[in-house]
Amino acid sequence: MSTTVAPASSFLFEDKKFPFCPGCGHTVSANALNKALVTLKIDPKQTVIVTDIGCVGLTDHYFNINAFHGLHGRSITYATGIKLANPGLNVIVLMGDGGLGIGGGHFLNAARRNIGITVLVFNNFNYGMTGGQHSTTTPMHGITSTTPEGNEENPVDICALVGAVNGSFAARTTVYDKDLTDIMVAAIQHKGFSAVDILEPCTAYFAKKNTMDKEGILGLMTSLGYEKGIVINKNREELTEKIKKHTAQQMAIVASKQKEQKQFKHNLIKKTSLVIAGSAGERVISSSFLLAYSGIISGLFVTQKDDFPITVMTGYSVSEIIFSDEEILYTEIDKPDYIFILSMNGYERVKNRINANTIIITDESLNMVELLKGKVDPKNIINIPIVKEARVIDKNYAVMIGLAAFLHHSNLFSQDAFVEAINTKNKPAFIEKSLQAIEVGAQMIKSLVNS
Amino acid sequence: MNIDFLDGNEMVALGAFEAGCNFFAGYPITPASAILQQMIDDLPKHGGTAIQAEDEIASIGFCIGASMTGKKVLTATSGPGLSLYSENIGMAIMGETPMVIVDVQRHGPATGSATKDGASDIQFARWSTSGGYPIIALVPTNVEECYTMAIQAFNYAEQFRTPVFLLSSKEIAMTRERVDWSKIKKPEIINRTYHKPEDGKYIPYRFVNSEDIPPFAAYGGEELTRYTTSTHDENANLLADPVKIQRMMDHLNKKIDSDKISLVVKDFEEGAEILVVSYGVTSRTAREAIKMARANNVKVSSLVIHSVWPVPEKEIKNALKNVKKVIVPEMNAGQYIYEVQRLITNNAQLIGVNTMDTRLINPEKIYQAILS
Ligand SMILES: Cc1ncc(C[n+]2csc(CCOP(=O)(O)OP(=O)(O)O)c2C)c(N)n1
Ligand code: SF4
Ligand SMILES: [Mg+2]
Repeated sequence: MSTTVAPASSFLFEDKKFPFCPGCGHTVSANALNKALVTLKIDPKQTVIVTDIGCVGLTDHYFNINAFHGLHGRSITYATGIKLANPGLNVIVLMGDGGLGIGGGHFLNAARRNIGITVLVFNNFNYGMTGGQHSTTTPMHGITSTTPEGNEENPVDICALVGAVNGSFAARTTVYDKDLTDIMVAAIQHKGFSAVDILEPCTAYFAKKNTMDKEGILGLMTSLGYEKGIVINKNREELTEKIKKHTAQQMAIVASKQKEQKQFKHNLIKKTSLVIAGSAGERVISSSFLLAYSGIISGLFVTQKDDFPITVMTGYSVSEIIFSDEEILYTEIDKPDYIFILSMNGYERVKNRINANTIIITDESLNMVELLKGKVDPKNIINIPIVKEARVIDKNYAVMIGLAAFLHHSNLFSQDAFVEAINTKNKPAFIEKSLQAIEVGAQMIKSLVNS
Repeated sequence: MNIDFLDGNEMVALGAFEAGCNFFAGYPITPASAILQQMIDDLPKHGGTAIQAEDEIASIGFCIGASMTGKKVLTATSGPGLSLYSENIGMAIMGETPMVIVDVQRHGPATGSATKDGASDIQFARWSTSGGYPIIALVPTNVEECYTMAIQAFNYAEQFRTPVFLLSSKEIAMTRERVDWSKIKKPEIINRTYHKPEDGKYIPYRFVNSEDIPPFAAYGGEELTRYTTSTHDENANLLADPVKIQRMMDHLNKKIDSDKISLVVKDFEEGAEILVVSYGVTSRTAREAIKMARANNVKVSSLVIHSVWPVPEKEIKNALKNVKKVIVPEMNAGQYIYEVQRLITNNAQLIGVNTMDTRLINPEKIYQAILS
């Protein structure tokens, strides 16, 4: 809580009078707020009054304090943003029961987060501004313009909402109670999220058709089982305090300097595209990234995009890479030069793009020669024991073997670049086996060429 | 090394850091989630605050509140989330809030194809809220431009006190490309103009000429300030006087003007009577088609629009001179083509090349339109 040096006797503009209907509870609540702020000796420069829509939303105009008048039901979101951005500010939300209904999610979440704002609900059991329709706090059987026969829905208990999310402060009072100002003071002083449910008459509407004098409201509270006074008051760390610590920790982390990346030469003659088609869990995407990145450090233009189902741990996993010596404009691969097929999941996903000129790199066990008979010349199918050989190292490195096979078959750039990418961009624990795997892949192509 | 291999979402985040973004709030949605993730991971390292909100209405609400404390704010979403931003976009316009909204477009309407590309929101961004007042929207064509345009978007937001859209799309956002930092021209950073004590009493929405931008004062500073979603006078009080209302609304309308905001890339060929007008990732397909045409001695000019809103009318009119055929390829049913159409003054033929099958437009299709 920030306070001012020279205490003010009022924060209201002298030449303005509240605009509410005669007898409206909002006038009482607004005056009580002024008294609370005077009692607290707040610094108006360090305080923001955030108002919602509705008659309640007219209130901020009358205070000579920073003000923010926002959308119906959303005032808590602006208040949260203000508090997150400048935790030193006192941020006080004034909203109606209407705003609470439409923006109920924000109320729950602000209480749950324990963001240090104060929410004063000017609860008059109906929408004053729009003509007295029912709201989410209208009591059962309450008469409003939209419940002419009496409300048939249960009202929401605002303090119970705070309790439901283990919020740290909730209070309830009425405009007829002497503790109104004191409760506001306690709420504003509270370190975390605080809410006050202030029961009021709307003299223009709800109070006309329902008994809303002191006794009426007290009777209502009894019938609903609503507690009065400070209902919840817990000591929980406020959100911006936690964020402050987190930020300080993060800022202390000194970014490790990127090592000078070695550069390599390439042998690319024409734009070459590769589709890698495997299954979830085979490290298709991370391995493909390493190959693509080695193209980058070999001076090539490269694009990589990935394709996998939303249920990431099942089904196909496909990566598409284009290598070129000039800017790549069209990033779709309609006719792949190479397709590396490691699993049937992947095959099903890419099979429509296989054409007579596609070179297929695949694992023996998939029987692609048989499957692609008549479609692809067997000479274009590089059928190698990828999975079997991977098992010798670790089955997770099958993709690396196949990518090395692609590199040696296409001869786009040297294996040294791939080694460099593995050494600099891979997880340290994966480096050794990756290097073993690409040796295996290279040997497979060499022995194919020799045989 | 000056070379990286990054996708558009990563480049947007890097651009935001470079621009001095120090507040982010967002809600997960494909294909924009990576921006939220990177902000959560890295913004605190820059001393800023990043938070996942309970929904998109709260995301943009947090951002608007934070912006009025002087933060440079960013949020990122896709079509369904942009729909929920709608009412607050109007408020950001009305309240004159600097903020950058990244919309990583996906194939719509509604949930559409969450992981697929489309230029779904070109008109939606423009008319995303009631009132019809102008906004600014920038559309990158590649990952490097995601970086430079993120900075530019912050600059415009600060300069014009308005929400600025960065309309990327799934294809650019989630495809890695070569990034050559030595070739990237970073825009100078521009920050909002603050009220100075020597200028006297602070009046939050004061402007002299319609197009002037009111100086800013942050909550928590030396001046008391007020913000409002309602039609207001210069002190943020509710307005009822029609003359004053008209003046305020003229201001919101006139402050954003294509004389000040006009980013295009021209590639005109002497004597060409065919023009391709394009934006976003489709501009690259168009360039591929234009290369094919030129290789076959067909003369064709290209106008790539980076600032789709406000419409760079002068540039489009200029490009349309002596043109007999205009081609507008779009990954939607045709959205920007009508902006071009209304600027055609001769009887030039207008051809839309449109696909909505979630794949990029094949260059061959545009090439055929050029030849047709
Ligand atoms: C999104 C939206 N829907 C509807 C309205 C119309 N509206 C204005 S005030 C209001 C109800 C306000 O009731 P409450 O919050 O209880 O405030 P009161 O007028 O009772 O003080 C409504 C629905 C609006 N401004 N915005
Ligand atoms: S309509 Fe109701 S809430 Fe609004 S000012 Fe009148 S009495 Fe108060
Ligand atoms: Mg009400």
